Amino acid sequence: MTRIAIIGATSGIAEHCARLWAGRGHDLTLVGRDTARLDAVADDLKVRSPVSAIDTLVASDFLDPQAVDMIVGALCAERPVDIALIAHGTLPDQQACQNDGALAADTMLVNGVSPALFAEAFARHMVPVDRGTIAIIGSVAGDRGRKANYVYGAAKGLVDRYAQGMQHRLANTNVRVVLAKPGPTATAMTAALQTKGQRMASPADVAKRIVAAIDRGSPVVYAPALWAVIMAVVRLLPRPIFHKLNI
Amino acid sequence: MELSGWGRYPRVDAQVAFPTDATACARAVTASQTIARGLGRAYGDSALADDVVAMCGLDRFHAFDTETGLLSCDAGVSLDEILTLLVPRGWFLPVTPGTRFVTVGGAIASDVHGKNHHVDGTFGDHVVAIDLLLGNGEVVRIGPDAQPDLFHATCGGMGLTGMILSATIRMRKIRSSLIRETTVKARDLDAILAAFETHGSATYSAAWIDCLARGKSLGRSLLMLGEHADEGPLAPRTKPPRAVPFDMPSGLLNRATGKAFNALFYARGPSTVRTRTIPYEPHFHPLDGLAEWNRLYGRQGFVQYQFVLPSAEGLRRILETIAMSGQGAFLAVLKKFGRANRNLLSFPTEGYTLALDFKAAPAVFALLDLLDRAVLDLGGRIYLAKDARMSEAMFKASYPNWQAFQEVRARHHAIGRFASHQSKRLGLS
Ligand SMILES: Cc1cc2nc3c(=O)[nH]c(=O)nc-3n(C[C@H](O)[C@H](O)[C@H](O)COP(=O)(O)OP(=O)(O)OC[C@H]3O[C@@H](n4cnc5c(N)ncnc54)[C@H](O)[C@@H]3O)c2cc1C
Ligand SMILES: NC(=O)c1ccc[n+]([C@@H]2O[C@H](COP(=O)([O-])OP(=O)(O)OC[C@H]3O[C@@H](n4cnc5c(N)ncnc54)[C@H](OP(=O)(O)O)[C@@H]3O)[C@@H](O)[C@H]2O)c1
Repeated sequence: MTRIAIIGATSGIAEHCARLWAGRGHDLTLVGRDTARLDAVADDLKVRSPVSAIDTLVASDFLDPQAVDMIVGALCAERPVDIALIAHGTLPDQQACQNDGALAADTMLVNGVSPALFAEAFARHMVPVDRGTIAIIGSVAGDRGRKANYVYGAAKGLVDRYAQGMQHRLANTNVRVVLAKPGPTATAMTAALQTKGQRMASPADVAKRIVAAIDRGSPVVYAPALWAVIMAVVRLLPRPIFHKLNI
Repeated sequence: MELSGWGRYPRVDAQVAFPTDATACARAVTASQTIARGLGRAYGDSALADDVVAMCGLDRFHAFDTETGLLSCDAGVSLDEILTLLVPRGWFLPVTPGTRFVTVGGAIASDVHGKNHHVDGTFGDHVVAIDLLLGNGEVVRIGPDAQPDLFHATCGGMGLTGMILSATIRMRKIRSSLIRETTVKARDLDAILAAFETHGSATYSAAWIDCLARGKSLGRSLLMLGEHADEGPLAPRTKPPRAVPFDMPSGLLNRATGKAFNALFYARGPSTVRTRTIPYEPHFHPLDGLAEWNRLYGRQGFVQYQFVLPSAEGLRRILETIAMSGQGAFLAVLKKFGRANRNLLSFPTEGYTLALDFKAAPAVFALLDLLDRAVLDLGGRIYLAKDARMSEAMFKASYPNWQAFQEVRARHHAIGRFASHQSKRLGLS
């Protein structure tokens, strides 16, 4: 019986991962900040998979290290979960972040520090039993700082380095760390961009790739796959050329 | 972004909101005059407006009761998802249109019918409750016994009473996902009309009719009858549809459907061509195997003309006009409807309904205006979910409940809040 915990379980991408896992009959614990929104996700999963045990855990503080330890401690009380998906994130307007230090700080904490704290807390439970998978949703925005979203991107870059370091540390163990880097995806986070007509991947397709990468224990997965190529080019572009691009 | 209905005519520029929950829907509704959009399977301009709210992001199931078969889900859940989930558990939709790629919200808003209309009525007849977001931002739960005026305006109301957020529908129990399908050959119009009478108790029935046949063969058809099989697997749909890669010149669909029809029709044998047990998809959703088949009509798009006449009288006249024009597609679908329900703008009324594709061209629009007059004279009307061009006068003359509909809308804060290009064209401001 596979047990999975999802942090930020009301996220559109995470919800589609949960549907795939429920379809396999796995048990899920959904962690989020809003009871009503969590229940809506849980009810849906229960209809999709009557055999799965679907639980919810409401938590108000994702930033406080002690609170994070308590949440993860509760999830791993009997035994560590088999898979932890750390999905929460927020994408405020870049210019608003430039003009508002508090918003910028919050953006960097929620997208960068918080996921790292959760990942480390899960590792503390998984390493002693030498099993489990920690999956974190980063972003293509973390691959190179860009004017369009570098506050968010910097935090995603932190997650990238953190996952890299954990992978290095746990290379000779049976604990896997998977970093997912979606491109633009049609979820609540990007609703305004969708209205502007920007093309997006479907969260169902992105989730499929993430779940497959978790199955394999791949260290890094871009979703959709094309973004691996695009970001390889973006990372390699010489600065003079890069600086001329309006991206 | 550019939007169109399934017929790809007309195409308009629209601002589209993408809510993922009720709160975001309410924000979109109170911000501007809008119309809800499901999977865009209505052919014309029912789900088109300057501001559109895409409902597909509301895609959660709420509850399924295995005792009663009552399913509650968001309006953006598709019939395809429902079938995929519940067919393996022995449940089927009470009513399914000819494609399963429609949303629950769209199925209610058009009060869609299937091949079992003569025995089971419309989709709305199996809806127990609707959560409706009104123009003032309020959400009300309505049903046949809860604010029935609003319920009977919303089922078939083309999104003009409010946004359907979620609904509870009664599913049908099945023992197998297979369908026992019998095909009956009818040499002319009289034969097919007689066949509908003879097979009046079949659960599912609809006919393919050859619209190019003239003279003695006028109305020659193949009547497809179906029953849920008693034995067999409970298999969900598995094969993903193949896509049409680019806009095709029109006429291709004619050749393909024509071949299939003729092969069966000219097969030797008595009046019953064949009985076979097949998966449910080819029986109910024959075109869903080919994704985006609407591109087969080419870039200019097409319109589907679907009307209902209270009696078979006049059907001959209309078929003759269509055959002589040479404009229509090779095949049309002919079906005998059962009685009408109480929903104010619901399309089905007792009689015969015919649905036929035409490519969107000036000569076609002239022909359809002519057909409109004939349909009106014969006491019939056109299906709003297929319409892209009928006049306000035609609509108001053939949907006598339109005023009662407007009164319900006025009472429930819908006027000025919900409007589509279609509703404006039809004078439902
Ligand atoms: C191949 C094919 C076969 C078909 N066969 C049949 C058939 O056999 N019988 C039949 O009856 N119809 C049939 N149809 C028509 C189709 O069932 C209807 O047009 C249906 O309404 C489409 O649903 P949708 O989700 O795509 O809605 P859309 O096309 O996006 O919208 C249709 C209408 O529903 C409204 N609407 C959509 N969602 C909501 C919501 N959440 N709240 C309020 N209003 C909403 C829209 O405003 C619009 O007026 C067929 C269509 C195709 C393409
Ligand atoms: N969508 C994209 O284009 C895209 C691209 C690349 C990467 N990503 C990443 O993918 C992940 C999932 O995003 P999504 O697209 O699925 O977005 P989403 O649907 O908007 O979900 C965002 C999630 O983050 C939670 N959250 C937001 N702020 C929080 C906070 N301060 N504290 C705790 N939880 C908070 C939300 O919880 P509530 O429900 O309580 O608000 C929700 O669960 C994120 O890490 C995102 O950065 C997304």
